[in-house]
Amino acid sequence: MRIVAIAKRVLIELLRDKRTLALMFVAPILVLTLMKIVFTANSTVNLNVATVSVDSKIAQQLDDTKHVSVKKYDTKKKADKAIKDRKVDAIINFKDNNYYVTYANTDASKTSATKMALQSAMVTTNINNLKDTVTQLKDTLTKIQASLPPAAQAQMNRPSDNKNQAQKAPKIHNKYLYGDSDTNFFDKMLPILMGFFVFFFVFLISGMALLKERTTGTLDRLLSTPVKRSDIVYGYMISYGLLAVIQTLIIVLYTVWALDVQVTGSILLMILVNVLLAMVALAFGILMSTFAKSEFQMMQFIPLIIIPQVFFSGIIPLDTMADWIQYISYILPLKYAGDALSGIVLSGVNFSAIAVDLLVLLGFLVVLTYLNIVGLKRYRKV
Amino acid sequence: MTENSVIKLSHVVKKFGNDTVLDDIDLVVNTGSIVGLIGPSGAGKTTIIKTLLGMEVADGGQATVFDQTMPNRQLLSRIGYMAQTDALYDSLSARENLKFYADMKGLSASQTKEEIDHEAKVVGLFEDLDKRVADYSGGMQRRLSLAIALLGQSELLILDEPTVGIDPALRRQIWKELKNLRDQGKSILITTHVMDEAELVDDVALLLNGKIIAFDEPNNLKTTYKVNTIEDVFLKAEEENQ
Repeated sequence: MRIVAIAKRVLIELLRDKRTLALMFVAPILVLTLMKIVFTANSTVNLNVATVSVDSKIAQQLDDTKHVSVKKYDTKKKADKAIKDRKVDAIINFKDNNYYVTYANTDASKTSATKMALQSAMVTTNINNLKDTVTQLKDTLTKIQASLPPAAQAQMNRPSDNKNQAQKAPKIHNKYLYGDSDTNFFDKMLPILMGFFVFFFVFLISGMALLKERTTGTLDRLLSTPVKRSDIVYGYMISYGLLAVIQTLIIVLYTVWALDVQVTGSILLMILVNVLLAMVALAFGILMSTFAKSEFQMMQFIPLIIIPQVFFSGIIPLDTMADWIQYISYILPLKYAGDALSGIVLSGVNFSAIAVDLLVLLGFLVVLTYLNIVGLKRYRKV
Repeated sequence: MTENSVIKLSHVVKKFGNDTVLDDIDLVVNTGSIVGLIGPSGAGKTTIIKTLLGMEVADGGQATVFDQTMPNRQLLSRIGYMAQTDALYDSLSARENLKFYADMKGLSASQTKEEIDHEAKVVGLFEDLDKRVADYSGGMQRRLSLAIALLGQSELLILDEPTVGIDPALRRQIWKELKNLRDQGKSILITTHVMDEAELVDDVALLLNGKIIAFDEPNNLKTTYKVNTIEDVFLKAEEENQ
């Protein structure tokens, strides 16, 4: 009963604070729109390409390309397994004189890099082939000149065969494991950004709200009633959880319909992750607010707590960083939410695939909530 | 000590680090009486109140309210508390503030409705119940804060400087109401640093540097110290203690 009353009060206060509401709901949309406009995929990436029965010249050419390493697979099946396991970023399968390319497409910059690498490999190989053909022609002509009429007809046929083959250039057929050809860097960042917005705003606003309760004396007054300390924490959780649902819905609907981003997985799962993340952010915000004496001091936590999480959340690929840096990411809640959301948006993974991420977030939540309930003892001893 | 004491502090000691804030405090508030706690700022008034509400725990001695040792969460439903700050939610209306605190105290729905109207009338805010607190004047906010403390027919009221920043007419009105409540059998502990208010209470405790230097009826104190006002009592008691 008291929990509901507290949740209701917090919600009413928020609803009447139009500027803060606008910040929570409009700011993410504004930033996402700007990013969509600004970002076009471009960065150096390391590619792992699987090849199946591809001409060894082309494969060699690909392997020689900078940042590309080629692995040969005997069957398409084995290659398919490798791409699912994220061991390779693309499969090039040569069949019936055509290239069938499958892109994992979880990282749009890798997809476009693969396309470029294959194109240039083919062009280079073609040129080399042409060179060979021309040399062959020369040889043949010299031979013709040398050994005249008798064998002439037979000799003339060979170069023309070669010519025919060169003209009928193999076609490239593109296929995308996840997403489509429109998937770009923005799409890769989107799920992480979504988590970031939820985390950032809930952290800041809830932290400020509890700070205000403390400085205006309402927390003391609240604690002078028989309310349980846990009731206060849970009441805040319900209200901010609701807020996170609305925020997620707005962001998801806007990105899907207005920004035309493809969400492969279930929107319900996304909401689940975001609500859990919002709870963690709330508990974190409340905990941090006890270390702040003013709103300005609360703002000082942004570079300390929010910004590092952005770096490690997966927006910047971690696999190229040193090992010890990667370990840091394991203690940051945004990493797990980012992983889960990326999985849902880009690869359409199901619940079991993100279960570990959800469990870790839940672990953060339980620990932080416990700390908050105990922490309120500072203001009332029972 | 009498059996009908509501608050009983015996030999209470409170330290913050090496700083002794309360030093061997004895204080009794009997049922149906108003006890004033006066002293300069920093004397320990708020710490006594916090100990009574269970926000702090005494390092020594015993603090009991309704014969039970504090801190005790359940007992808080029988105590009405008004802090030095108004402690109101600005963006809510007065009615929403009252409703919220009534919920926190655990009043039933019907009781809540009845009491909101009643307490609002007592503090003269009935007409303005649906205005936002942000639009209230300072005096109105103070009155609303008092109304919240009165919610739930609490048997004990603990009021921390309730008349600070209130104009004289309203102050008189509030004191009239407090005496009314006392006559209904409620007990009130009030802190103030306005000396003439100390004349209005039943018993007055003079608090200085964490010690109670005198505790008696105002008139008795004046006779003992052979002076005409509580202010003079305070100054004289202060001299004697230095």
